Amino acid sequence: MTNIFGFIKFCLGLWTRGGRYYWAWVSFLCLLIISGVLAYSNQLEYGLGLTNMRDSISWGFYIGNFTFLVGVAAAAVMLVIPAYVYHWEPIKEVALLGEMLAVSALVMCMLFVTVDIGRPDRITHLMPFLGSPNFPRSLLAWDVLVLNVYFILNLTIVAYILFTGYTGRPYKKAILIPLVLFSIPAAISIHTVTAFLYNGIAARPYWNASILAPRFLASAFCSGPAILLMLFQILRKVAGLRIKDTALAKIAELMSYAMFINLFLLGAEVFKEYYSNTEHLIYTQVLFFGVGDTKVHYFMWPALIASIVAFLLFLIPKTRNNPLTMNIGCVLIFIGVYTEKGMGLVIPGLTPDTLGEIYVYSPSLLEYRVAAGVFSVGFLVFTLLVKLAIPYMEKSHAHHAA
Amino acid sequence: MDTKIPPKPVSRRKFLESAATLTAAMVLPGVMGCTTENIDEFLQKHFVELSPAELEKVVKRMQKQNEKKYGKAGSIDATPAIPGVLFGYGLDISRCIGCRRCVHACVKENNQSRDPDIQWIRVLEFNKESGIDFAEADPYYCTTASLHDKEASHHLGEKKEGEAHGKAAPVAVPSADAPMKLSPVQKSILENPDSQYPLYQVDANKVPASDPACKVPRPGHFYVPVACQQCENPPCVKVCPVKATWKDPDGIVVIDYNWCIGCRYCMAACPYGARHFNWTEPKLPAEDFNPDTHYLGNRPRPRGVVEKCTFCIQRTRKGQYPACVEICPVGARKFGNLLDPASEIRQIMERKRVLILKNELNTKPKFFYFYGTAT
Ligand code: SF4
Ligand code: SF4
Repeated sequence: MTNIFGFIKFCLGLWTRGGRYYWAWVSFLCLLIISGVLAYSNQLEYGLGLTNMRDSISWGFYIGNFTFLVGVAAAAVMLVIPAYVYHWEPIKEVALLGEMLAVSALVMCMLFVTVDIGRPDRITHLMPFLGSPNFPRSLLAWDVLVLNVYFILNLTIVAYILFTGYTGRPYKKAILIPLVLFSIPAAISIHTVTAFLYNGIAARPYWNASILAPRFLASAFCSGPAILLMLFQILRKVAGLRIKDTALAKIAELMSYAMFINLFLLGAEVFKEYYSNTEHLIYTQVLFFGVGDTKVHYFMWPALIASIVAFLLFLIPKTRNNPLTMNIGCVLIFIGVYTEKGMGLVIPGLTPDTLGEIYVYSPSLLEYRVAAGVFSVGFLVFTLLVKLAIPYMEKSHAHHAA
Repeated sequence: MDTKIPPKPVSRRKFLESAATLTAAMVLPGVMGCTTENIDEFLQKHFVELSPAELEKVVKRMQKQNEKKYGKAGSIDATPAIPGVLFGYGLDISRCIGCRRCVHACVKENNQSRDPDIQWIRVLEFNKESGIDFAEADPYYCTTASLHDKEASHHLGEKKEGEAHGKAAPVAVPSADAPMKLSPVQKSILENPDSQYPLYQVDANKVPASDPACKVPRPGHFYVPVACQQCENPPCVKVCPVKATWKDPDGIVVIDYNWCIGCRYCMAACPYGARHFNWTEPKLPAEDFNPDTHYLGNRPRPRGVVEKCTFCIQRTRKGQYPACVEICPVGARKFGNLLDPASEIRQIMERKRVLILKNELNTKPKFFYFYGTAT
């Protein structure tokens, strides 16, 4: 017990100490969070009518971000597989940071769902025992379940590793290894269930394609590691994380394969749509060329180009070994997947609506503010977690050296 | 006319208030500034789990709310399905003239929000050459422009109009000097100096008013009114994460407005655009309130939940016709018990050419379109 209090004190101590950049970053996030809270309280007061969603496009920016972030959460942990296969030296650290990213991404996922629903006061209706979750039929009920399980799992692992690091006792392999191993299929399942959530809707042909779940997994494996790749480099500088260049390059190489699969699957869909040229083509048309006044295509082309360039940067050994081009690739891949899995998935799926009407949706200022607030909460959680990881890593290096 | 209001800086007081609202709504419902009524509402069980005594209490509470809002308690019955009845609907495409009387009768009967406009029936106009092709459907035929149009939206600092694709905006552009009509919600927002988001698209659900100069049926066109098809295999029920919507034994798909969490998954899943969301507090003027209501049907809905056509459950379970059937001036609408071979709807199914919408989706609608006359 004293240990736990000590640990909490230790965490608080770390969080309240930091350099100028740390405080600037934290206050910046807090400002965005306050702005988001204010915007959301307006939304609570007037209803979701303050967003630009309407009956015709009943899901928008919030759900798009949710979908993207589920991918980040899933892929962060899947990075443990190659770390294990290729014997990257600090596999523990790779796993720990991956789980931390997953925890933060999941916090954002849950917040995005919460801000999107019309009756957040009835959220208990989703819970077993308190409410009436529609098992096994509703994919959304499943999604809520697997996301929560995955969240608790990752949080437990992170807390356990940090706590043992604090007490200085070695962690029990019998506890940790099964948990980490279990988190891998759990990661795949959260993303598959989220894909099925769209996939299962026959009324929306754009989503009702079996290729959706594989595409989700492939693109997730690009976006999640992109964040970690950049983080590893930062931590290598500031915390002496001992990850070799070859490991970073390997991650980049794997990302290029994932991106290849993603682009290939996209190509397969585009071929099918345009060659068969049925009435369902219109959704793909919305995505790439716009129909009426729709706007998604303005974002889709730059995103597609970003994805292709990133793919090439990661494929060619020279550019993937060069830190500058590798980081450019990370940013590009992030932009590409964010657009494709966010608005590029939700909007064409709902435009035109089931009776053929086209409602041009773009998020309202309020939606941007709420979303920025949610992202800031996630970044803040991530920052605080990583802050705890730094002394842990330093300690374990000292241990190694001795 | 400039109706933009510059966003006001947020005062400290306003911030504290918002923070309190947020906490109250998210973390401690029923603790901060909530009445016992709110607490009862928060703790209320799913409709099918309510005991008769509990239901009575709930109904009493709702009647009290009605009294406050509309000056009338009204009746809120929970008549169950009649055994041996499966309701079915028939719509004669060859007769429908697209006059939209059903749309407005439905709004009246079912206490739909007048602001923003919620209409459960949508009459689609098609070209005779292209047949029923939703890509060519025009829901805005014969309407005048309202706040929905380009000019006005521009004033609102936003951009957006309902548009049937492949065509120019079906909504006519008003003359520049037409006065801009403000809905009560918009007025209240304008008059409330505290509101940070004036005219924040609250009007985008405003349906353009009918143009009296436009005569229906328009030559070369035919009309297909669409509302909930009461699917036997309803995707909306399948996807609902909290079982807030289900199919009753008489085939009517209903929603418990006090259980729905407003996730709108059912709206994504419905192939017929039948479901409508209460994006903001629905406005129903006291004089328009229809006091004869059913718990699962036309009782006034709260904000943040989904609603749709229920075949006028409050009428049909008592042996009356739905309001739309009664109002239709050309007798294009038929209604009856599918399990009764002698019923009109069964006779139609046996003798006429009948079609259902999107049959490839296997939703098995109980809403049958047919050609009653040879033309
Ligand atoms: S028409 Fe739509 S709302 Fe009505 S039962 Fe079918 S799927 Fe559900
Ligand atoms: S919006 Fe309501 S009725 Fe529709 S799926 Fe969600 S909880 Fe169920």
